[in-house]
Amino acid sequence: MTTATEQSHLVKRVEEIESATVRFAGDSGDGMQLVGEQFTTATVVFGNDISTLPDYPAEIRAPAGTLAGVSGFQINFSSQEVHTPGDRIDALFALNPAALKVNLPDLRFGGVIVADADAFTKENLEKVGYKSNPLEDDSLREYKVVSIPLSDMNFKAVEGLGLDRKTANRCKNFFALGLAFWLYDRPMEPTIRWVQQKFVKRPAIMDANLRTLKAGYHFGETAEIFTSSYRINRAVIPPGTYRKISGNEGIAMGLVAAAKLANKPLFYASYPITPASDILHSLSAKKNYGVVTFQAEDEIAAMCAVIGAAYGGSLAVTGTSGPGVALKSEAIGLAVMTELPAVIVNVQRGGPSTGLPTKTEQADLFQAIFGRNGECPVPVVAAATPADCFETAIEACRIALQFMTPVILLSDGYLANGSEPWRIPDIDSLPKIDVNYHTNKYNFQPYSRNERLGRPWAVPGTPELQHRIGGLEKQHITGNVNYDPDNHEYMVKLRDEKIHGIQEDIPPLEINGDATGDLLVLGWGGAYGSIMTAVEKARREKRSVSSAHLRYLNPFPKNLENVLSGFKKILIPELNLGQLRFIIRSRFLIDSEGLNKIKGKPFQVNEIYEKIVDLLEN
Amino acid sequence: MATLPKLSPKDYASDQEVRWCPGCGDYSILAQMKKVFSTLQIVKENAVFVSGIGCSSRFPYYMDTYGIHGIHGRAPAIAAGLKIMRPELSVWVITGDGDGLSIGGNHLLHAIRRNLDINIILFNNRIYGLTKGQYSPTSEFGKKTKSTPLGSVDYPLHPLSVAIGAEATFVARSIDVHVKHLADVLEAAARHKGVSFVEIYQNCNIFNDGAYEYAADRSQRFDNVVELEHGKPLQFGKNKEKGIRWNGSDLEIVTIGENGISEKDLLVHNEKAESPASAFLLSRMTYPQFPEPIGIFRNIERPSYEELIQNQVRHALETGSDNSLESFFHSGETWVVE
Repeated sequence: MTTATEQSHLVKRVEEIESATVRFAGDSGDGMQLVGEQFTTATVVFGNDISTLPDYPAEIRAPAGTLAGVSGFQINFSSQEVHTPGDRIDALFALNPAALKVNLPDLRFGGVIVADADAFTKENLEKVGYKSNPLEDDSLREYKVVSIPLSDMNFKAVEGLGLDRKTANRCKNFFALGLAFWLYDRPMEPTIRWVQQKFVKRPAIMDANLRTLKAGYHFGETAEIFTSSYRINRAVIPPGTYRKISGNEGIAMGLVAAAKLANKPLFYASYPITPASDILHSLSAKKNYGVVTFQAEDEIAAMCAVIGAAYGGSLAVTGTSGPGVALKSEAIGLAVMTELPAVIVNVQRGGPSTGLPTKTEQADLFQAIFGRNGECPVPVVAAATPADCFETAIEACRIALQFMTPVILLSDGYLANGSEPWRIPDIDSLPKIDVNYHTNKYNFQPYSRNERLGRPWAVPGTPELQHRIGGLEKQHITGNVNYDPDNHEYMVKLRDEKIHGIQEDIPPLEINGDATGDLLVLGWGGAYGSIMTAVEKARREKRSVSSAHLRYLNPFPKNLENVLSGFKKILIPELNLGQLRFIIRSRFLIDSEGLNKIKGKPFQVNEIYEKIVDLLEN
Repeated sequence: MATLPKLSPKDYASDQEVRWCPGCGDYSILAQMKKVFSTLQIVKENAVFVSGIGCSSRFPYYMDTYGIHGIHGRAPAIAAGLKIMRPELSVWVITGDGDGLSIGGNHLLHAIRRNLDINIILFNNRIYGLTKGQYSPTSEFGKKTKSTPLGSVDYPLHPLSVAIGAEATFVARSIDVHVKHLADVLEAAARHKGVSFVEIYQNCNIFNDGAYEYAADRSQRFDNVVELEHGKPLQFGKNKEKGIRWNGSDLEIVTIGENGISEKDLLVHNEKAESPASAFLLSRMTYPQFPEPIGIFRNIERPSYEELIQNQVRHALETGSDNSLESFFHSGETWVVE
């Protein structure tokens, strides 16, 4: 028997495309982040390469229907490699007029708008300054508008389950999700499993979400609205087992892995702060891996607890954002003076002060490298992608433990909340971190040095190694308090030399492209994806451009100066006013061009591409 | 098993020269601390002294144990991280009225309310000594110092009221020169499981000499100090002839034998009371209106923070099905690319 549904499905065209960028947008209470996450999971399970960009307001619930309250989630997925969430949107799901108004500027010419017509009421339109209904007044004629009574269809789908109107209405995001699944030919099973697990104790809600999800899917299939659905073939990616990973998940996993690799207990102390809190959430649920988390009374306490735990022999880590690092600065100085291993994760956000808590920025590089009193060198590493957060976290821990020093690990809001597929590494392929407590009581000196200039890690409980450390200047070798002028100068230089010596222990900077040429695009942190994509595009056009990306910002890789000198021009794109550019110039007397964006948003590929073309042609 | 030689107080001294001003009350506290360590035979390598900044905070350098001389006000936070990860250690926080109650007030509150099994010893000299004589959060109202030439207009904090308000499970007070009493209080603090908060009246003979003359001086202290003893009525005076009575709305001083007052009418001290109300009331008794109580104000049992945290971890480790990295990495949706 052939049903009507199947018949209509058979006649619909499936259009094969290489990639698509979709954005889900609605009120901050509409569940858009959840829809985005579910769509992402389905897409990675299907086998596309992806990159995502959640964008939500700092307020938990801004007034309903207002422009300030719009929450969005963007995903770029492709059968090719993807490094960014996409510059322009191909399809926009707008659950109210505010979502349409905020996101329309990013929609490409001819793009699809799926709108909930039920939400385009007079009141909602007035709230955001629409004089007439854009779904009806022909102002959107440049786009494919699919205006559907989404709310109403959702109500009908969940009818009879005994839900009150408000609860029923909250399911509508899954109708939109179902429709998106059909439109892009995504598997629904991961979401179905998720709903079944999530609402196991609330069967009516489970049922409602599943019904409306399927209703949305079938609506796409049957209704004569879409002339075609899209197919994006699986990307050709290296074999292995994959999972989706966000930057914050990557850091949490990297820290747990590092603790296992070093065979030391993991202590994570943190004070809640956007956008770093998810690391604390993730690790506090990992007690079955022996992780101990501590929600401290403030940022300072979190850093100080890290110092106490490190003295006691733990791999001790704190996570925060820029304002929190400002508060921790004095204690980071204490960790430098006491030469204890610690990792400080800074998930950067827009600053200064409270700034833009939910938006991304790369403006804490100066703070990381210079932001303490006295000559206070701290190694700084930065992650490039969500998956790279995992490796960089392990590397930060390795440096901290092997050199007995606090290390700052820079991430940012874009990496923290964005996600991409991650090939789960073979555990045996991860580098062992060789570090031992000092236990030998003969000739023990707390400030003696090994070949890396690290001092012995003698932990309380070890017989006959009692010693006192602290923030006052230390005498070389003995570690006793010492105010001698020559000793102070010696120790300042020694601490500097120790950090500088990390250069011997890190890989050289790799060049993507030719080792010499007209232009090098030098990047760091979350700008990686956009730089990479832009440079590849320019190189396909046979332009003389290469790129290099710095994971190590203090100290720099040994060959950096050499790499820089191979190019006529250097471009440094950063989401700040030119901090890396400033440091490069002061360190090497090498000038560069900056591409600086301070809008709380990541770089678009095109912004970098156009700058490359401009520099090469002028 | 061979028995180790008993450690004497001087065995707990480090090789560092003690650098407090001659005549400072800190010397006495250091001496009593070493004595208590000897009494309890605390294993040197299992003890850690953590301090902040100030005269008192030099203390860790002088004990042959492990120690961290931290940054201003943060000793309780440093101690928290250490104690959480190393619950078996004997952890001591040495702080002062400025370090503990001004710059570090927040950490002090939270270390106390969490009931970490640490001993917090607050040397209260009611002055900033290391910075050479500014008023502190416990300086009396109107105090003239270098930074308050016309007299301070800050109302002082009562450290024990703060500690009791923050849910401390052990609260005590002693006086630097009252050495026997001081040793007893420190020993009780060391024995208490959970947070112990001890305020020590400490004389700064350079910048605030005689601040506690009324309580320290042998000829005056009988009238100005009441020694608390669990289960005993509050009595003081040279011949214990005076007492403290609850008159229905407040505490008052009474004389035994006058107006038909007997010992039975006096307030009986109960350090084990579950409610902090009476301990708080005692913490409000201040000279010259009242004699000031010394001894143990409050001493109750409650599970310690690090114990609860480590229990959660242990339980998760024992009941968790698989705690390999592999299972962690594979949690959530995964897919295989052939």
